[in-house]
Amino acid sequence: MSEDPTPSGTPAAKPPPWNDPFIRSIFFQVLAVAILGYFFYFIFDNTLANMAKSGVSTGFAFLSREAGFGILMSLIDYDETYSYGRTFFVGLLNTAVVAASGIVLATLLGFVLGVARLSNNWLISKLAALYIEIFRNVPLLLQIIFWSVAVFQALPRPDKSLQLGDAFFLNNRGLFLPDPVFGAGFEFVTVAFLIAIAGVYFLKNWARKRQESTGQQFPVLYTSLALLIGLPLIVFLIMGMPLSWEYAKLERFSFVGGANIIPEFMALLWALTMYTAAFIAEIVRSGIQAVSHGQSEAAHALGLRNGPTLRLVIIPQAMRVIIPPLTSQYLNLTKNSSLATAIGYPDLVSVFMGTTLNQTGQAVEIVAMTMAVYLTFSLSISMVMNWYNNRVALVER
Amino acid sequence: MKGPIVILLVVVAAVVGYFAGGSMNKPAEKKAMAPAAKKAEPAKASGGTLAAVKAKGMLTCGVSTGLPGFSVPDKSNKWAGLDVDVCRAVAAAVLGSADKVKFTPLTAKERFTALQSGEIDILSRNTTWTHTRDTSLGLNFAGVNYYDGQGFMVNTKLGVKSAKELNGAAVCIQAGTTTELNLADYFRFNNLKYKSVVFDTSDQSVKGFESGRCDVLTSDQSQLYALRTKLQNPNNAVVLPEVISKEPLGPVVRQGDDQWFNIVRWTLNAVINAEELGITSSTVDAMKTSKNPSVQRVLGTASDMGKKLGLDNDWAARAIKQVGNYSEMFERNVGKNTPLKISRGLNALWSNGGIMYAPPIR
Repeated sequence: MSEDPTPSGTPAAKPPPWNDPFIRSIFFQVLAVAILGYFFYFIFDNTLANMAKSGVSTGFAFLSREAGFGILMSLIDYDETYSYGRTFFVGLLNTAVVAASGIVLATLLGFVLGVARLSNNWLISKLAALYIEIFRNVPLLLQIIFWSVAVFQALPRPDKSLQLGDAFFLNNRGLFLPDPVFGAGFEFVTVAFLIAIAGVYFLKNWARKRQESTGQQFPVLYTSLALLIGLPLIVFLIMGMPLSWEYAKLERFSFVGGANIIPEFMALLWALTMYTAAFIAEIVRSGIQAVSHGQSEAAHALGLRNGPTLRLVIIPQAMRVIIPPLTSQYLNLTKNSSLATAIGYPDLVSVFMGTTLNQTGQAVEIVAMTMAVYLTFSLSISMVMNWYNNRVALVER
Repeated sequence: MKGPIVILLVVVAAVVGYFAGGSMNKPAEKKAMAPAAKKAEPAKASGGTLAAVKAKGMLTCGVSTGLPGFSVPDKSNKWAGLDVDVCRAVAAAVLGSADKVKFTPLTAKERFTALQSGEIDILSRNTTWTHTRDTSLGLNFAGVNYYDGQGFMVNTKLGVKSAKELNGAAVCIQAGTTTELNLADYFRFNNLKYKSVVFDTSDQSVKGFESGRCDVLTSDQSQLYALRTKLQNPNNAVVLPEVISKEPLGPVVRQGDDQWFNIVRWTLNAVINAEELGITSSTVDAMKTSKNPSVQRVLGTASDMGKKLGLDNDWAARAIKQVGNYSEMFERNVGKNTPLKISRGLNALWSNGGIMYAPPIR
């Protein structure tokens, strides 16, 4: 505060540059960043020099070499003639699919458990507490191995599968389902579905505005369901049902054809879901308990029953407390999915940081790429959750 | 108030940056008591690993996590196996006692990184000598202690008689091995389809095979025989006749340290030559008085072969006395009297119908 306007109103003299706080702050920040940059450059350069001296190959040229190994599950086309770069994407998609499914299922299960834990019914609340205590305290790796070895590998062999009709088979090679084969006009059905989604969105907005102005409620849920199912169905029937199914057939070793969900995926998903759901349940419970009891009393006084109170009054306020730790649990789930190597699920770590690293020997580049992927996943999840958090935040804070 | 803090932070960052950058130029130091140099002096390429091993008083040997016949710990955590014996022979030659070895179990995925980074001095872990591994990892293969090939093991109930009938099978493999690549090549070449179930350790792949998760277990034939002994019912599994690849297994060391490379290579050659010359662990002392010039050169009674490696003249004699010659090592670990019951086959001496041929020590 070197600027004190004199009583006569003349402006104060400007301080010399080396005393000006603004210039000084800029200078030191630039200096700190420069030193940090030099430090990182030094490490990077030194690593490359050491690797060159000891004959370890460097660079990203290996990404275009032929991979030469097979991968058990791949969401995109893949066989041994594709490149290492392709294995990177196969692993990445496998990780993404298990993380996304895990997040959705764990949230659903976690919310149910969290609310159950607070139930007035003694049995339900104690069962929920028991579940939470067991699944929170056993290490995740043990849970994954348990599900994989004790449950999914104990399923019967393909010739003795558990089956549902002629279409669904469950055995130790996985779950075999009929694969949908889309006919000529199926694109219209997809378009109809997208239109239905847009319709539901507008319907919700319109119903809310109508309720705010006139107080009349509109059965949004049932109408939306009817729209989402009905419109595509009508188009489907009009187009002549362009959908057929490819069934799985038992051959010498296992089932061929159809769609297959491998047991490693199911074991990993199951273990991740049950483990993370226990944590999410506690977060939900703490969120709900953070809402003052006066809120539910007031809601009851207005005539709302327990269900609508929870849904319309408590949970929206609880979400503010729930969302930040929930984000952490999502990030934990995504990173924990890397334990897939223990059971043979071909995720990013197992395929890229395991097999590809061992075949090419380029540990530094591969680990750096894997870390970058996980960092990107985590940052994206946090970004989405923070955006949602800002939306539900109370304006007063 | 803000200024001095900023200055302090900047000074700390600068000091850290300078010292971190400066210390990076020294060889990476993994443990305080084991400064294993990653790169040797450019001029002579000698002394790095040998000096470090002597200073430690211990040879750090990378082995598998448990493969019967090659490297497996027994109930009292004492390691035994063909690969273990190679390390023990090197320890006897360099440090005087075959027991001065520290064994580090490694999975197939981490074995090369452990050697590259200096965590171990020698990798003796049924590792196949291939072009890619020799040229692009900064490592050198010091020889072959077991000539092997890749084979298949299937459940007897399936009634499969040949590998060509395996279309559509699920195959259990260990991650990061030449096995994965050979399998892919073989199946592609023969227009067969397969599903690869990949595990980290051979134990897990055996469990997967036993539980029926996969129909076929593929690995080096020696490993298949070894893993078959681990099955609850070994008669339920049969090894198919096809051998689909060459798998010369041997010890590996880092590039850039020629002296250490020579020591490991010639220790292995010495035990193979000992079998040729009829020197066994029990006859070594008696044969020190032999008039046979080849024997004299190996046992160091009339030569300075040891000095040329940087060791004393008793180097080979110690290795043979404490660990045995190649046939003793073979018979003790994987031979007819062990559960593996592998015959010498390719691994017999060149003069006995096999291809074990060590260059002469002269």
